[in-house]
Amino acid sequence: MQPFKSHTGIAVPLLRDDINTDQIAPILHSRSLKEDYKAMLFMRARQREDGSEDPDFVLNKPQFRTAGILVTGQNFGAGSSRESAVWSMLANDIRVIVAKSFADIYRENCLQNGLLPVVLGAADVDAFTARVVAVNGTAPFTVDLVTQRISGPGGADIAFETAAADRMRLLEGLDDIGLTLKHMDEILSWERRAANAQPWLQETHDNR
Amino acid sequence: MARTVFDKIWDFHCVGQRADGRDLIYIDRHVLHELHAHHAFAQLEKQNRPVHRPNLTFAVQDHTVATKPGRDDATNPSGTAFIKAMREGCRKNGIRLFDIDDPEQGISHVVAPELGIVLPGATHAVPDSHASTVGGVGALAFGCGTSELGHILATQVMALKRPKRMRARLDGRLGAHVSAKDVALRLIAELGVAGARGYTVEYAGSAARAMPIEQRMTLCNLNIEMGGRSGFVAPDDATFAWLKGRPYAPQGAMWDRALAHWRSLASDDGAEFDREVVLDCGTLEPQITWGTDPSQVVGISGCVPEPAAVDASRRAAAESAFAYMGLVPGTPLAGLPVNRVFIGSCTNSRLPDLQVAAAVVRGRRVAEGVFAMVVPGSSSVKREAEAAGLDRVFRDAGFFWGESGCSMCAGGNGDRGEPGERCVSTTNRNFENRQGPKVRTHLASPATAAATAIAGRIADVRQLLAGAA
Repeated sequence: MQPFKSHTGIAVPLLRDDINTDQIAPILHSRSLKEDYKAMLFMRARQREDGSEDPDFVLNKPQFRTAGILVTGQNFGAGSSRESAVWSMLANDIRVIVAKSFADIYRENCLQNGLLPVVLGAADVDAFTARVVAVNGTAPFTVDLVTQRISGPGGADIAFETAAADRMRLLEGLDDIGLTLKHMDEILSWERRAANAQPWLQETHDNR
Repeated sequence: MARTVFDKIWDFHCVGQRADGRDLIYIDRHVLHELHAHHAFAQLEKQNRPVHRPNLTFAVQDHTVATKPGRDDATNPSGTAFIKAMREGCRKNGIRLFDIDDPEQGISHVVAPELGIVLPGATHAVPDSHASTVGGVGALAFGCGTSELGHILATQVMALKRPKRMRARLDGRLGAHVSAKDVALRLIAELGVAGARGYTVEYAGSAARAMPIEQRMTLCNLNIEMGGRSGFVAPDDATFAWLKGRPYAPQGAMWDRALAHWRSLASDDGAEFDREVVLDCGTLEPQITWGTDPSQVVGISGCVPEPAAVDASRRAAAESAFAYMGLVPGTPLAGLPVNRVFIGSCTNSRLPDLQVAAAVVRGRRVAEGVFAMVVPGSSSVKREAEAAGLDRVFRDAGFFWGESGCSMCAGGNGDRGEPGERCVSTTNRNFENRQGPKVRTHLASPATAAATAIAGRIADVRQLLAGAA
């Protein structure tokens, strides 16, 4: 996994609650094993009915086309567990999402891919959002996971917290499977215990 | 110390704690589907990591398969590559695949319990957010993404933070033609789409107890629509009777031993929950969504809400939903003309769902101009329904009767509505564009969907049936 230490980029405000993964990464009519994740991001919102680009959608505005930080509302990433909703962010070089809250599975998918999910407290998020709107893409913000601070134009640094465990994984870009494989002895001994305690769980047979 | 069912299952399955503080939870039954598995297979191959427990892993083709009778790999051209990659990945890794032509193919959340693959007190994972459907048999299930899917293949565990515990007590006795779907929609309306975020939900109370297993699965299926990753009903005699004799369920002495353990899977008196909610189900009428998220719900006799009646924090979402759905506040839901009706999906495609719908449809005709389809949740459900003559009932009425799969729930197989169409659907998400670009989805029960297909308008099944009497 790509480590995450700090990211500097334009912050784009997408100020809605409950944005779901069908919106972030729609299931397209024609698809392939190697999808174009860059084009997939918010594809329906980005396009008008005739297929042309919708200039009113915030990510299509000139000042936000290269945004690297997405700022949004409550419960971001609700719905389907599709990881393409994270991959499509990364394909567009969006490395940070600042939200009031995240859906559980989406947040986990972010952590698995080095996309930093930042949750700010109610007061901070409103102040930060106001700054992002006021700056309107004219200057970048920096989100630093080492110092756990957001800095940028229009005000003082804003502190945020990331669970120590998640922070370590992101900073070091740790391979999640590799971390767990260090526990293979425990897994194998659990399997032996379970085979005695609840043997029906450790085997599967079609009994017909 | 008094423990909840969740604590008992979690503690038993906790293999250890990782350096980053996460609990490693052993996954007893892992079920893959073709839309996401190929990424994980490719990743593991690249890393030269084997599948740790192929015999605890199963796979289905469900998301991209066509529903057209006589289908094959190529019927839905955009699914072909996924179907083939799945077949190849399962072959290489020794995983039992319920392939497109398998007599037991179907939606993972339908197939796993009906074959007895998932069991009470077992942990279960699927790379799909509706994994907790199998909470209906008392299993603890986790929907997951593709990276986590690869992690489980390589290690058979998930690295999880311990969630909080919620008990949802469902009181009262459901009225006629009111089902688990209506209860779940009302609960989502009350708690909101993020109300259960961070929680595992135990559904309890007399209404949950009285539900047959298939209805409990409907209830647990919709858990994610209020933000909860896992939800279940503690197993009881109804669960055990339902599971006994299923092909992969333990048999003989092993069954007796398992049963003795399963009987201990009740929350102890005095066990603490982090949150308790209560819903009185006795007065519920059939429910239906009016908006573009599953919490935007009213009773079937209700109207599209006035903005002033919507919580201020939800008003912008409501306004946007009015526009997308083409609805004016104050409009009664019942009577709205529809173009499509879909009965199917992991939410409502099991045999009793089809029986309920068939009872409404029998001897009637789908209204002119409505395209109505029934897609059984598994090929086994389809076979059983056909043996009972239900396919004739639906076909005679003018329904399309399809091969099993996820179908129009997310349209991943090409089954979609046309722009602007209004669709009553027994599925789980009424998100914008989910059932096709600009399609307007109303979520409801199989009974409501069937009545709507007949009336050509959103209908109260109780009135439709009373009118006939």
